[in-house]
Formats: sequence, structure tokens, C-alpha cells
Amino acid sequence: MKDWRYWLAEQRGTLLAFGIFIVMFAIYSGNHPAGFTANVVQTAANKGVLLAFVAMAQTLVVITAGIDLSVGMIFTLTNCMASWLVIGTGLETAFGVLAVLGTGLLCGAVNGAIVIYGRLQPIVATIATGAVFFGLALLLRPVPGGSVNEDLADFLTGRFFGVVPASLVALLVIVLVVWVPFSRSEFGRAAYAAGSSETAAYMSGVPIRRGKFLAYTLAGLLAAIGGLFLTFFTYTGEAAYASGNAYTLFSIAAVVLGGVSLFGGKGSAIGAIFGALAFRTIGDLLFVFDFDPLWQPLFQGVILLIAVSLGAFALFRVRNRLEWFL
Amino acid sequence: MSETTLGGIAGRMPKFLRRADPAVVTAFACIVILLLLGSLYSRSFLSPEYLLQQLKVASFLGVIATGMMLVILLGQIDLSVPWSVATGAMMACAAAAYGSVGVALAIPFGVLCGVAIGLVNGIGVAYLRIPSMIITLATNAVAQGLMVVYTGGFSPQDSATAAMRYLATGFTIPGVPNAVIIWALIGAAMVFVLTRTSFGRAVYGIGNRERAAYLSGIDTRRIVLIAFAVSGGLSAFGGVLLAGYASKAAQSMGDAYLLPSIAAVVLGGTSILGGRGSYLGTVAGVILITLLQSILSVMQMPEAGRQIIYGVVIVAMLLLYGRAPASR
Repeated sequence: MKDWRYWLAEQRGTLLAFGIFIVMFAIYSGNHPAGFTANVVQTAANKGVLLAFVAMAQTLVVITAGIDLSVGMIFTLTNCMASWLVIGTGLETAFGVLAVLGTGLLCGAVNGAIVIYGRLQPIVATIATGAVFFGLALLLRPVPGGSVNEDLADFLTGRFFGVVPASLVALLVIVLVVWVPFSRSEFGRAAYAAGSSETAAYMSGVPIRRGKFLAYTLAGLLAAIGGLFLTFFTYTGEAAYASGNAYTLFSIAAVVLGGVSLFGGKGSAIGAIFGALAFRTIGDLLFVFDFDPLWQPLFQGVILLIAVSLGAFALFRVRNRLEWFL
Repeated sequence: MSETTLGGIAGRMPKFLRRADPAVVTAFACIVILLLLGSLYSRSFLSPEYLLQQLKVASFLGVIATGMMLVILLGQIDLSVPWSVATGAMMACAAAAYGSVGVALAIPFGVLCGVAIGLVNGIGVAYLRIPSMIITLATNAVAQGLMVVYTGGFSPQDSATAAMRYLATGFTIPGVPNAVIIWALIGAAMVFVLTRTSFGRAVYGIGNRERAAYLSGIDTRRIVLIAFAVSGGLSAFGGVLLAGYASKAAQSMGDAYLLPSIAAVVLGGTSILGGRGSYLGTVAGVILITLLQSILSVMQMPEAGRQIIYGVVIVAMLLLYGRAPASR
């Protein structure tokens, strides 16, 4: 196979997600009363970036054929934490940001340690750790409140040169600093290999444990970056159970839309980012068409149901019925 | 079921003890320890009234966990429990608004709505081969959306019918709450199905290796579909009972049942990978979780502390006996 065709086959999911996003965003901005302006793009970017970070976090874990049902709760916990710590002078703020990111890393590392070294099933383990993270968030913020360094918040949620949304630039930086090095490292390959076939990877001497552990840990970090940005947008911290759960759910939807295989070993965080942006845009389409906001949860649910059902088309390619059973 | 009867049975039948699953024994031992710890805190923990009250509260979780167990035995999971519970409760209460026919059909209608959610899950998992974790999350979201649209964003004020209240809080046999009887009946039916019918054997077979079950001539897809429908129906029935207990339905009433139902099944020694587990273990898990919740609330632990202790206890117990085998 020629190089470019191989590349195309590998990136099909990502490109599809990119295509869906472009189409959806065109419909969205085309029907938006304000049209395609810097303001509309900035608002859409700010909303989409939150989910994009959480979806990236989910991708890292899903690639290893695991799942992290606690990402939404790490997101909530770090949001509550940031509303206490990311405040004051420059130095204090910097310390606060580091503390929040460190907490995210720690949460992810706990998940990873329990799943990999404790050998528990990721679903049950992360539901349980999610309860713990939510409990901690509730300890920090029994009632919504707090504040954030508004200079930093406005800088990161505003626009560069009046056109480029700062949150998108931040997202790009995080991709370059976290995802690209990880996916190209030995551990990133190990994470893919573990998701593809753990037995084969183990037999070939791939460091699957360290690869998976790093994936879970970085997932915690990315969820924490999401939580930090949530604080920048809302200026407050809130331990909202429903919102944490919704982010977990939407992150899975974004990952699926982004062409990441839930069976592991396939897909990229870039795809998941476009999946997240597309999912957000689809959810917001209701507003530009003047639907009752009450319908939004149902609409998002149906989109999710359709998105996950799309995978069923692979069944048509199945020649041997035994391939139904993985 | 108290620890003394179990000890008595085991004393008379050493074979039973030898065959007992260590996970189930551990779970029952933890129940005893929890009760002893609780009785140190307050005498009333060992009083029959308290224990019966706990059993009654446990029966709601028990009904829901029964369905969850069936699905977990297949090696799948049902994350649509929260809104299946809420849908069952809300639809049963809603049906009651339509005259005497509605009141009469309220409970079956609520359960049927749950079965419908379960059928969608089952079709997705069995026929479209979508991972159960994902499709059940999606149907959960759809059910939530439907309920939000139906109620207009508020909790409905429709109240539970007299029959629902009677099932949840009444007494047919003096001293034994109806909810406990219902759980016992459903549990007995489940034990019968799992151990005495070909359907039960097929469930264990699929949980062990679906390929092998398929090649032995089992219509595995139909079994999976039925199991999910039963799980949805039982979740909704649990919701109906809860609505009867609280006299009305509320939107978020099911949220508190997802983690406990999974935890109860897994703590009871049922393998999350499927194919292994006994209903006795699930009973132990349900009672264990209910006692833990009760003791934490009696100690007036705030919600935050409860969530943390709860998560930590579940992880700790799973680490004790729920671990997967090491890599070869």
C-alpha cells in the first residue's frame, strides 16, 4: 500500500470527525443570527474546548481498551479546587495552577494504579474512584462559589489579535505538549499495543503496564486542565453531580464520534477533539433553530444513540458469524 | 437472613461450607462486622425493628440489583439504571392520572416502560454488537431527555397510587414488610431461573464464552436481549416501589442506585467479566451496601464523607477478592 493511502486509512476516523464538525459548524454559523463573526466563534470555541479536554482525557484511556468513568468527576473536583487556589498575585496563581494540575495527575495515577496494579476492571474501579473524587469536590465546595484570577481567566478565554480565540490556542498548545509527545513515545506505542492485543503486546515485551499507567495519569491531567478552564469561564467552582456525569457521558460520545475504537488500539486524540467540537455544535444547533431548550437533553441523547449505533455498520463486513463475538 | 442461621446451616452441612464461595463468605463476614461496629455505636443496631427496617430499604436495591446481576453474569453491564428507575416511577405515577383504568394499569405500565428501555439496550448489544457500557449510557441519556421533555424540566407532582404504596410500605404478613416479600419472590424466581432452567445455563455459558455458547446451538443474541429487557423491567419496578415508598416520583431518584447496584453484585462475588456468581452473593452484597449506607447516615456523616468512604470501601473490598488474574 502506498504511504498516503496507508495514512488515509489510519486517519479515516479523524478526518470523518473533522468533516462532520465542518459541516455542522457551517450549518450552525450560517443560521446564527449574528453570522460567522469572531464573537460567535469565540463563544463556540470556549464551550467546545471544555469538552475537548475531557474527550482527550477519555481517548488516552480508551486507546488502552479501558474506560474512565471518573473523568467528569476529576473535572468537577479540579474545578472546585481551582476556585479556591487560582487566585491572588501572579506567584500565588501559578502555584494554584500547578496544584490543580498536580491533583489531576494524582487522580489519574490513582485510577491507573487501581486498574493496572490492583487488576480491577476499569468500569467498576473508576465508578468507585469517581464517587471519591465527587465526595472531595463536595468537601471543597458544599455550595457553589469561589473566585478565580480574572486577569488570567479573561486572557485565556478572550481573543488574540481580536480574531483567534485564546482557548483554541491553549488547546493546540496542550495537544503539542501532551498528546504529540505521548503518542510518539515508547509508552504511547505501548498504550496502543495494549489496547490492540494485550496478550501479544505482553509477549513481545512491550512495557504495557507503564504505558497504560501513563495513559491513565495523563488522562487525569487533561481532565484537570478542563476543570481549570471551566473555572476560567464560570469564575466559580461548583460540585455538580449532574454536570460531572454529563461530561463523562459526552466525553464517550465525543470519542466515538472522533473515530476512536472503544475496543482499544485505534484512533487519536485529535479525532476526539473534533468529535467533541462536533458534538457541542450539534447540541447548540437547537438554539439557532429556536427550539425549546427543554428538548436539548433528548436531542443530545438521540445524537449519542445514533453515533454509537453507527459502529454497527461494521457488521455488514463480517463474513464469519463468529466474528460477532469478540 | 442473619448470620446465625447461616452459621447453623454451615455447622450442620460442612459440605455447604466447603463449597461456599469465599467472596460470599467474606461479604457475609463483613455484614457481621458492620453490625458489630454499629452496635458499639448504638445498641439499637441489633434490634429486630432496625434490622427489619434495613431489610425493607435493602429490598429496593435488591430488586434493581437482581436485574443488574443477570446482565453482569453475561459479561455486560447496564448503566441505564438511573433513568430506568426514574422512568418506571414517573410513568407509573403519570398513568395514575388517567382515571381508574390508569390507576389499575399504573404498575404494569411503569414496568413496561423499563422493559422498553431494556429492549433498546438488548437490541443494541445483541444484534448491533455495540459495547453494552456505551449503548446503555446512550439509552440512559435518551430516557433522561424524554422525561425532561415530559415533565417540562420539573419534578412531577403526580403521586403514587395506593397499590404502589401498599407494595412498598404495607404489610400482608404481620411483621414482614411487603417490599421484603417482593424481593424474596423475585430473588426466588431468579435463583430458579439461574439454576434450574436452560435460560439460566445459557446465561452462564454466554458469560464464560459467547462464541462457545453460540457454537453449542444457543441463540445467544435472544438470551442477551431477554436479559437486558428483564434488567430494564426490574429497574423500573424498583423505581415503582421507590415511588410508592416516597409517595411520589422524582427526576433524580435513580441516580443513587447505579453504583450501589453494580457494587452489590460485584461485592457478592459475581465476576464483572461474567459467567461466575451466585444470587446468594448478590443478597449479601445488597445487605452489605444498605448497612454501610445506614451506618454512615446514622453517624450523621455529610454527603461528601459518605461518597468518599463509599468509594474507598468498594475499591478496598474489590482489591480483597475481585482482582483479575495476573498477566500470564
